[in-house]
Amino acid sequence: MELQDFVKKFADQFDNTDPEEITASTRYQELEEWSSLTILVVITFVTTEYGKAVTGAELRSCETVEDLYNLIATK
Amino acid sequence: MIGENGPFSLSGKKILITGASSGIGRSCAIECSKLGAALIITGRNSERLEETMAMLSGYGHLFKALDLNDGDATSGFISDISNLDGVVYCAGIQKTCPSKLIQRADIEAVFETNFFSIANINSLLLKKKKLNKGASIVFISSTAAGIVAESGNAVYSASKGAITSFAKVLALELSHQKIRVNCILPAMVKTPLLETISVDKEQLELDEKRYPFGYGSPEDVAYAVIYLLSHAAKWVTGTNLLLDGGLTLR
Repeated sequence: MELQDFVKKFADQFDNTDPEEITASTRYQELEEWSSLTILVVITFVTTEYGKAVTGAELRSCETVEDLYNLIATK
Repeated sequence: MIGENGPFSLSGKKILITGASSGIGRSCAIECSKLGAALIITGRNSERLEETMAMLSGYGHLFKALDLNDGDATSGFISDISNLDGVVYCAGIQKTCPSKLIQRADIEAVFETNFFSIANINSLLLKKKKLNKGASIVFISSTAAGIVAESGNAVYSASKGAITSFAKVLALELSHQKIRVNCILPAMVKTPLLETISVDKEQLELDEKRYPFGYGSPEDVAYAVIYLLSHAAKWVTGTNLLLDGGLTLR
C-alpha cells in the first residue's frame, strides 16, 4: 500500500465528489458527500482492497485521508 | 391460558428448530420447551448447541450439529428424525455491503444459508413425509424483506424477500394437508448477529432511538413463534407477522 495510490482509490469511492478535490490532506469528514453510506462504502473498500477491518468509530477518529492511510498501514 | 392445556400450549408437539445455537433460534428453543414442546435443535456449532440444550426445560429433546448447506448430511438427518408438528427456520447470516461493492461470493454465501438451504431442507421434510397433519411452519424473515430499507443491506434484504415469497406459495400448497405456513418479520433484535451488522456502537444507539419501543429481544420473537406454532393460531396461514417495536408506524 502506498499513499498516493490509496488517495486515488479512496477518492474513487465517491460518486458526487470530484476526485481532484481529494488529496492526502483532505479532511474527508467535511466533504459534502460524507454520510453513513459513504462510511459503509469505505469500510467495505478497505476490507476488500486491503483485507483489513476498520470501524466507523475509527473512520471518525481520523481527520485527513493520510491519517486514515496511516491507521490502515499499522493494522 | 398458557398452561398445559391452554391454546398456547405446545405440550405433546415435536418441533424442529434450525439455527438454535444462538440468538433468536436459541431463545425460541428455550421458550418452546417451557411450553411443553419436545425439540430437535440444529446449528453449526456443537458446543453452543449443547449450551442451548442445557437451558431447555422438560425432557425428550435432541440436538444435531449440522451445516444445512451440506445437502447430504441434511438429507440423512431428515431421514432419521421422527414426524414433526412444527418447524422453525431461524438459521440465517447477515452481510453488510453497499450495493456497488457487492461481490458474487457474498451474494452466494448469504443466499446459500438464508434461502437455498432452507428451501432444500423444507423440500426434504415434505418428500420424506415428516410433517404431521396440522403442523405449523414458521420462517424467521425480517422487516428487511421489502418493508424497511437500510443502506448496505441489499443482499440480506433480497434473501429475506425470497423466503417471504417462498412461504406464501408453500402456505397455499400445504393448505390441503392442513399444514400452516407463516413468516415473522422482526426489525432489529438484540442478538449476536447484531454485532456483525453494527458499523459502531454510537450508530446503533442512534438507530435504536427510531424505535418507540426500542430494539426487540430474542424472547419477543420467540413468543410470536409460540403463537404461530400453537393451536391458538389454527386459522392463521400465509401471513407475515410484523414485529418492529413501532419502527414503521410513521
